[in-house]
Amino acid sequence: MSMPLLSLILWLPLLGGVFILFIDREQKKAIRTVALLHSLAALGLSLGLWLGYDRTAGGFQFVERADWIPAAGISYFLAVDGISLPLIVLTALLTFVAVVASWNIEHRVKDYFALLLLLGTAMFGVFMALDLILFYVFFELVLVPMYFLIGVWGGPRREYAAIKFFLYTLLGSVIMLVGILALYFGTGARTFDVLALMEMAPGAFAFQAQRWIFLALWFGFAVKVPVFPFHTWLPDAHVEAPTAVSVILAGVLLKMGTYGFLRFTHPLLPEAAIWFAPTLAVLGVIGMIYGALTAMWQRDLKKLVAYSSISHMGFMLLGIAALTPQGVNGAIFYMVAHGLATGMLFLLVGVVYERTHTRDIPAMRGFYFTMPVWAVIMAFTGFASLGLPGLAPFIGEFFTLLGAYLTGDPFFQLMVYIGVLTIVLAAGYILWMIQRMLMGEEMEEFKGIPDADARELVTLVPPAALIVLLGVWPRLLVDITNPAVMEFIRRVLG
Amino acid sequence: MTEHAWLIVVLPLVSWLLISAFGRRLKNEGDWLGVVTIGVTLVLSLVVLWEVAGGAATRVSVPWLVMGDWQLDMGYLIDPLAAVMLVVVTAISFLVHVYSMGYMHGDARYRRYFATLSFFTFSMLGLVVADNLILLFFFFELVGLASYLLIGHWYENLGPRLASLKAFIVTRIGDLAFLVGLAVLVLATGTTGIPELRELVEHHQVPATVLTLAAILVFGGAVGKSAQFPLHVWLPDAMEGPTPVSALIHAATMVAAGVYLVARSFFLFEPSATALSVVAVIGGITALLGATIGVLQTDMKRVMAYSTVSQLGYMMMALGVGSLVAGMFHLWTHAFFKALLFLAAGSVMHAMHTMEMHSMGGLYRKMPVTAWATIIGGLALAGVWPLAGFYSKEEILNAAFYSGVSGAGFAFWAGVISALLTAFYMTRAVILVFFGRPRDRHRYEHAHESPPVMTVPLAILMVLAVTAGWVNAPISHHWFGKLLGEAEVHLAPIVTVLAVGATLLGVAAGYAIYALRLVDRRAVINALRPVYTLVRNKYYFDELYNATVLRGSLRLAEWAAWFDQRVIDWLVNAVGYVAVKLSEAAGKFDLSVVDGLVNGAAAVTVGAGRRLRTIQTGFVQTYILTFFAALVVGLVVFQLWRL
Repeated sequence: MSMPLLSLILWLPLLGGVFILFIDREQKKAIRTVALLHSLAALGLSLGLWLGYDRTAGGFQFVERADWIPAAGISYFLAVDGISLPLIVLTALLTFVAVVASWNIEHRVKDYFALLLLLGTAMFGVFMALDLILFYVFFELVLVPMYFLIGVWGGPRREYAAIKFFLYTLLGSVIMLVGILALYFGTGARTFDVLALMEMAPGAFAFQAQRWIFLALWFGFAVKVPVFPFHTWLPDAHVEAPTAVSVILAGVLLKMGTYGFLRFTHPLLPEAAIWFAPTLAVLGVIGMIYGALTAMWQRDLKKLVAYSSISHMGFMLLGIAALTPQGVNGAIFYMVAHGLATGMLFLLVGVVYERTHTRDIPAMRGFYFTMPVWAVIMAFTGFASLGLPGLAPFIGEFFTLLGAYLTGDPFFQLMVYIGVLTIVLAAGYILWMIQRMLMGEEMEEFKGIPDADARELVTLVPPAALIVLLGVWPRLLVDITNPAVMEFIRRVLG
Repeated sequence: MTEHAWLIVVLPLVSWLLISAFGRRLKNEGDWLGVVTIGVTLVLSLVVLWEVAGGAATRVSVPWLVMGDWQLDMGYLIDPLAAVMLVVVTAISFLVHVYSMGYMHGDARYRRYFATLSFFTFSMLGLVVADNLILLFFFFELVGLASYLLIGHWYENLGPRLASLKAFIVTRIGDLAFLVGLAVLVLATGTTGIPELRELVEHHQVPATVLTLAAILVFGGAVGKSAQFPLHVWLPDAMEGPTPVSALIHAATMVAAGVYLVARSFFLFEPSATALSVVAVIGGITALLGATIGVLQTDMKRVMAYSTVSQLGYMMMALGVGSLVAGMFHLWTHAFFKALLFLAAGSVMHAMHTMEMHSMGGLYRKMPVTAWATIIGGLALAGVWPLAGFYSKEEILNAAFYSGVSGAGFAFWAGVISALLTAFYMTRAVILVFFGRPRDRHRYEHAHESPPVMTVPLAILMVLAVTAGWVNAPISHHWFGKLLGEAEVHLAPIVTVLAVGATLLGVAAGYAIYALRLVDRRAVINALRPVYTLVRNKYYFDELYNATVLRGSLRLAEWAAWFDQRVIDWLVNAVGYVAVKLSEAAGKFDLSVVDGLVNGAAAVTVGAGRRLRTIQTGFVQTYILTFFAALVVGLVVFQLWRL
């Protein structure tokens, strides 16, 4: 067997975390450096993965397979395809960004970075695992560091937010576990191998059973996305979480939900997926409109971004529900684009909050004068977020809507006619924010606060560059996702 | 040159990037870079037009995306329509660039201004050469962004801030329709390539209903960008931007984009009588709407702005009655005289620091070049022979007169009445600003003619405002029309008589009221009080939209935020509360019955919220250590298992 690249990427952050545990807690610089090096190495390796993936062949590559608990049919089974590969690279990038963005953390540095790195491994595992139990372990493992990162290093209401996040998502995953076990016993295959289950599960269940199992699995992922009306943990978690954790939360954790639809619920239970498609589309459109409207009313900048996430995730839900090449490709594209753009927005909020100690939009004015570099990047990211052509999120928005329309189904077309209004609402809340915060005359009380520094630019420039690159030349991503999307659609629609 | 036409688009892009990045270190903050670049693109565009007139054409496209087996190609398409538009855009943009060197001199954000001008030009040129409606949509939105940035150039002030916001959002409402129109086209034909679509339509491969729907939706985009009724409200407010920007927006870029879009996708409209009628009627309404409001504006720039709304209505009307040539011809002539009028207004602004016409008067003596610029621009706009506007207006009215499209009759009379009103308000503006006695002595004393960097562009535009119409006149054997593929022009004498009569009547009325004062202005206003109030308040469109759309969305937003907090989140918390209470009960049971046995195990169960709280405040370190230890042990066990 050649070099187990996936395992390397997967365990590298954890290795860093273990390493950190052996460093004296006062050696803050050493701790940070170890974290940085490990995240950087994982990023480098994931780029190698990107380049090494044979896009003409498609399918699952870099397969690693070993028995884990053979008696129960559980195996250590890792592989990537065109759906997971972009998310792995995104995870690697945002983990690196998160480490750099956390440089100023002074409280319990050792614990913080150990947890952050553990989180990295857990996230990689989610996107790599092709064994349901292995996947479930990583899916749960994500919660633990996340809980502590919010609960210890968060804002004033951190305990409430952390517990709410933990319990809510745990509830989702417990129900999901029931679904997984149902699959395991129901197919009679006694294996948790996802690929094997994909072959067997569709024929193994009566339609009624399919729908129940689908709902069980779906709920676990829906809480993560989050799908309206299971979303209220998100604004609280975001508002209380430290900057870097917000970046990871919005950038990667939410995608675990939509990834779950693409990898598990739909291919495993295709008939139910088709049956539920209109419902999912409706929930997507409600999320789009409702998230945008709620975002418009927020005074807290971080809450605004959090609700805009709910709106954007609705697009992905709609695109996936459409089950057309444009819709699903668009959704995956949007997952990456949203990770970059919203990740940047949270970084930017963190930058300004660190200096002004407020996130109250009406309390800020004239930041084009106060912090020109920061303000220009903020405006750039705002325009990316509202779907300006030439920037990556637009591609996601456009193709999820187009994909939904191309179903040719009048109901889906109606959803497009309604959902498209989100684009105006998005322009509304973003431009209104820019108009209030960035424009106007400079405020005396914030005069002289320093602009974004070099370290902060290191976190902001790479995602910004990718947003432009992907927006102008989307083939970079779509050429990788398209074969996997076609395979996905083939499995679901038969 | 034609096959290298991409250069015309890329050069301003480079200029934008260079000025943004290095402008600070360049002489004069890099303004010359923008001027030279646009100058070069103007020359290149003229070469392209020359070659295209000789029969050259080109199309280059590359696969931009493959989704499923659906491939989306994008590239550029140079045909007569694009070539003409390239010249309009680069010519106006070049003159605006030069003029801005004087007008914006000393501005705090001079560099940003010139960089954004380059970006604006880039977006518009990209839109012009796009060979695919999706690509055109991209640039359509980028043009919106550029306008937003320039209208809001003086963003420390509230006016520009709100105006830029309004421009972006209102035009984006139109873009929504355009976007859905693209989806309709892709579903029905599988392509959005302009030549491919044209071929499919010409071979009757597209069902008529689809075509009508797609055409009307695409027209929605044009309604937003070209400030057609009912989305015209953003354009007058866009006055808050620097005046040269207004010239650019009103003449060659932003608002021209909508007209160009309809011209570009005209093959979608042509077979659909319904779509054409919609365009004609909306155009007619807009022409009347703009002209009537323009009559009662007292701000010089706002008069021009409503005049643009009205003239854009003319262009749409021309397209709606089925004449691509008449619409594009009016876009062409209008670009020159409207740019002239705006730059002249800018010159007045530069001298007087106000746009209120009732504070002006007698400026002819102080600013002869500016005065002549306004007079010539006004005559061209009013359609006086042999100036540019005469030819294009006559062509439009004739097209409407002969058209069989339903609604063409309305469009024709709307055009005639608007012609009268146009002549009237231009006469009024010229007299109020440049003649009579000065009404504000102080400002008048300080007024002066603008520097040559501003007056030379005015002089050039004056020549063009006179001559631009001749390209589609008997003298040139209707070169312009033939280039764009019009077979023959019908001119009815009755139309000419009506058009000229309306213009003369308008000028005479204006002269009688404002110069000779034969009729007292106030008497007329009093006689028509209800109408006056309605029109003076711009038919209350802003008030209507504020009360319905704007207030409505904010109310909805407020309601959604309330619902989120008070209903959904309340439910979540209620469930959580019940769970905690249950777990407390269970915990007491545990303590008394099973004692501490369960303590460790309970840590990660659903009901253990309270316990988690105690752990995270005190024992994180222990917890992490335990966790990692467990994980390492697990890994070791796993490895051993495999052996």
